[in-house]
Amino acid sequence: MDAACVRSWLGVVATRLEAERDFLTQLDAAIGDADHGINMHRGFTAVMARVGDIEEATPGQLLKAAGRTFVSTVGGAAGPLYGTAFLQAGEALGDAASFGPRLLLDALRASLEGVQRIGAASPGDKTMVDALSPALGAFELELRMGGSLETATSGAREAAAEGMRATIPLQARKGRASYLGPRSVGHQDPGATSTALMFAALEQAVLADRSHRFAAGARRRGSGA
Amino acid sequence: MSVGLVVVSHSAKVAEGVVELAAQMAGGVRIQAAGGTDDGGIGTDATMIAEAITAADEGDGVLVLVDLGSAVLSAQLAIDELVEEETRGRVRIAEAPVVEGAVVAAIQAGTGSSLDEVDQAARGAATMVKVKDG
Repeated sequence: MDAACVRSWLGVVATRLEAERDFLTQLDAAIGDADHGINMHRGFTAVMARVGDIEEATPGQLLKAAGRTFVSTVGGAAGPLYGTAFLQAGEALGDAASFGPRLLLDALRASLEGVQRIGAASPGDKTMVDALSPALGAFELELRMGGSLETATSGAREAAAEGMRATIPLQARKGRASYLGPRSVGHQDPGATSTALMFAALEQAVLADRSHRFAAGARRRGSGA
Repeated sequence: MSVGLVVVSHSAKVAEGVVELAAQMAGGVRIQAAGGTDDGGIGTDATMIAEAITAADEGDGVLVLVDLGSAVLSAQLAIDELVEEETRGRVRIAEAPVVEGAVVAAIQAGTGSSLDEVDQAARGAATMVKVKDG
């Protein structure tokens, strides 16, 4: 993956957030303060404007810019949490002009650690960690079993979605939803839902990148003959 | 020199009001408000909090008082990621209610106490008795 692929991922996230904005807000209306969809959408609109202004940047720089923008445009808990996730991922990628699945794994791990350090949430607390943590686990397992970037991101997407659905029967132990106690049971966590959306977008961006490369390769082979 | 204070709230008005109140109790202590979002809405902004921490820091440390939820997260992020590394080691989030904690911490800081002492005083505000036998 290179900077163009990271831009494409951020773009897919923004598009999906636009489509899911009302759904996320509805989820949040049940157990939160009904602003998650609005906040995520506003944050990502600002992120897209910011990365659009940056002409030359490494993947790490793009993610750090995204994190800083998110922090300063999103007032709810999503601001510092996703902000940290992006900042830490960007930090982990360092100055690399492109990265493979190993470095992406490091970035995902740094994101999870950052989110847990800031939010002090554990798996099972009914938060974004319930999607992020299994996604990281599935990504790593797939790589250990010799999988590719494509199969690993696909496994991560699936695990994140599963983790997201698994938040429904949980009682919230973090955030505003925890004030509701047992009344938080039976609702899907909005943060886990937006995290699952990001992994779905990652898979889409990785697959698009692959078919793009394949087409470019075919053109080169065609003209180089 | 004294320990500085930062008051973080989802509401800019709450943060400013608490600063006004605490400053009244203790002159000469740097107390900064970091409330609301930068567009004037309800929420918290880690960048704004980091700037307030830097402004409150005289070198003796900064105690950050927070209301709840994202205020805690944003303050943690500001400390971990956004303030200068030199400052980071002497900033702490108080385990204290924001209004009472800020007033007690301001008075303690005004006496030239250390960060530990100011932090401890703020913590005591959490169990402050207001109504006898209440």
